[in-house]
Amino acid sequence: MMRRREARLGWLFISPAFFHLVVFALFPMGYALYLSFFKWHLIKDVRQYVGSSNYAFCLTDETFLHSLWNSAKYSLLSVPFGMALGLAVAILVNQKLRGISIFRTIYYIPAISSGVAIAMLWIYVYLPETGLLNSMALGLLGEHGRLTPMVASMLGKPDWHLASIDFLNSTQWAMIALAFMSGWGGLGPKMVLFLAGLLGIPQSLYEAAELDGAGRWRSFVSVTLPMLAPTTFFVLVTSTIGALQVFTPVYMMTKGGPDESTNVVGYQIYQEAWVTFHTGLAAAESFVLLALIAVVSLAQFRMMKSTLVGYATT
Amino acid sequence: MRRKTWDKVRGALWATGLYALLIALAAFLLAPFVWMVLISVHPWNTPIPAISDLIPRGPDGQVHLDWSNYGLVLFDPNLPVARFLFNSAFVTLTVVVGQTLVSSLAAYGFAKLHFRGRELVFALFLGSMMFAGPVTQIPVYLLLRSLGWLDSYWALVVPGLSSAFSVFLLRQFFMQIPAELDEAARIDGAGDFRIYARVVMPLSKAALATAAAFTFFGVWTDFFNPLIYTNSVEMRTLEVGLSIYKNSYGGSNWPAQMTAAVIVMLPLLVVFLFVQRYFVKGIMLGSIK
Repeated sequence: MMRRREARLGWLFISPAFFHLVVFALFPMGYALYLSFFKWHLIKDVRQYVGSSNYAFCLTDETFLHSLWNSAKYSLLSVPFGMALGLAVAILVNQKLRGISIFRTIYYIPAISSGVAIAMLWIYVYLPETGLLNSMALGLLGEHGRLTPMVASMLGKPDWHLASIDFLNSTQWAMIALAFMSGWGGLGPKMVLFLAGLLGIPQSLYEAAELDGAGRWRSFVSVTLPMLAPTTFFVLVTSTIGALQVFTPVYMMTKGGPDESTNVVGYQIYQEAWVTFHTGLAAAESFVLLALIAVVSLAQFRMMKSTLVGYATT
Repeated sequence: MRRKTWDKVRGALWATGLYALLIALAAFLLAPFVWMVLISVHPWNTPIPAISDLIPRGPDGQVHLDWSNYGLVLFDPNLPVARFLFNSAFVTLTVVVGQTLVSSLAAYGFAKLHFRGRELVFALFLGSMMFAGPVTQIPVYLLLRSLGWLDSYWALVVPGLSSAFSVFLLRQFFMQIPAELDEAARIDGAGDFRIYARVVMPLSKAALATAAAFTFFGVWTDFFNPLIYTNSVEMRTLEVGLSIYKNSYGGSNWPAQMTAAVIVMLPLLVVFLFVQRYFVKGIMLGSIK
């Protein structure tokens, strides 16, 4: 009797959130799957059942495949960089120093910033000639830079100097520029997560390592890194999921260009869904992205498991 | 004795080096913001200043900060920026209050009550948190369209009234509240709604503040949803409204663009300074599986 009352109450407590979940997440997921089998124009609202041909189309469509490749590239550039930076900064702010919490707060600020403001800001940072990055670098190493003669003579090339780079308009640099910006912007949460991980490592392990004659580096490799493995895994999975869906910076800063070099899959789906109104195709493409995210997360999970087993046996 | 002095010197050197590193990193993270503010006080419609002219000077060579750009952007005759600000504030506050209420109720159910199917439903919440993102945009748009809610506050508010992340976060907190406390209240004759309202919620002020803070920043800086759910200028939020600034004014009027960026950023910074201590706690809890 008691149990049944509790069950009814339990459902009562979760019912608003569960209803919302059904209406705004579960039903839409099913409906998106249904949509992906139709040729459907969002505005004209004509729909025609086409079977799996949306999938067949996008999996052979060069633009879409290229956008998947671009997303992979973006993730491979931004995730390791962001994680390494996050871990390094976490170790730095884990030092017992006066005023350290002020630095922790400062380092978090880019992460709470508006994506639009950040994009406007970094367009300026990356501008050729007058942008923050170029003007600083050129002031030191440009044609009339202060350090140019010194470096040129060291290189043995008297005419050497840096040239201005138009980062966001260069097929070679645009993606790197976006990934670098994301490392800057995403530092805060990664730092906090790694910091939490570091604080959770029992001090006794370091003492034992010291007794065994381990130096700073050795205890970092043999104690810190393995003990951080669960945190690292969590950060890896969440940042990869985020990186595979990146949209705002691409929309604001490069529009997928130049020459489609930053046309990531999130932007590509946006184009199909809201610009060319290939609604059914966009739904199919979003499921391909979903599958990709699931596969990558699962692979990372497997990798994590085998790493942990490796540590347990040695 | 000598050894002790040496250790002291070494410690001081180490600390100095660390501070230098900390300050350099802070400079790297904050430099773009400093530049943003400095460019925003240059005269309207002027080209980007060289580094040496970054601090604007009048013809007499004195420092001359031109704050009039803020008036020009806030009262732009072509853009209802005050309306954007109201939209952002109204939508964000409504979602924060609604989501905290709905999510805390669900979190109580998951943390404190036992019922068949609880684990499965919770797994659905977690799964949607990880995987629903990319595929739900079109169906939710169609849903809002068939309800006639597009381009209205309904479209901006209702999809945010619950979030799997908030449910998850609050459940983690609620589970740490010792069962003895609600047992004691139960013996005193309190029902679950009373325990939720009078025991769990008051004990979880910090947790609720954390969840609310995450929601606040998520909604205020949301770009994608307002972009596709609204289309009239009057219904734009600050984030989407001021992105128009970048497009319609092109890259030429940098002081205007940077002024717009500062206006978007300022409320975020102010709120962050009040709630920053909750972020560390919240993220740490959110990561524990």
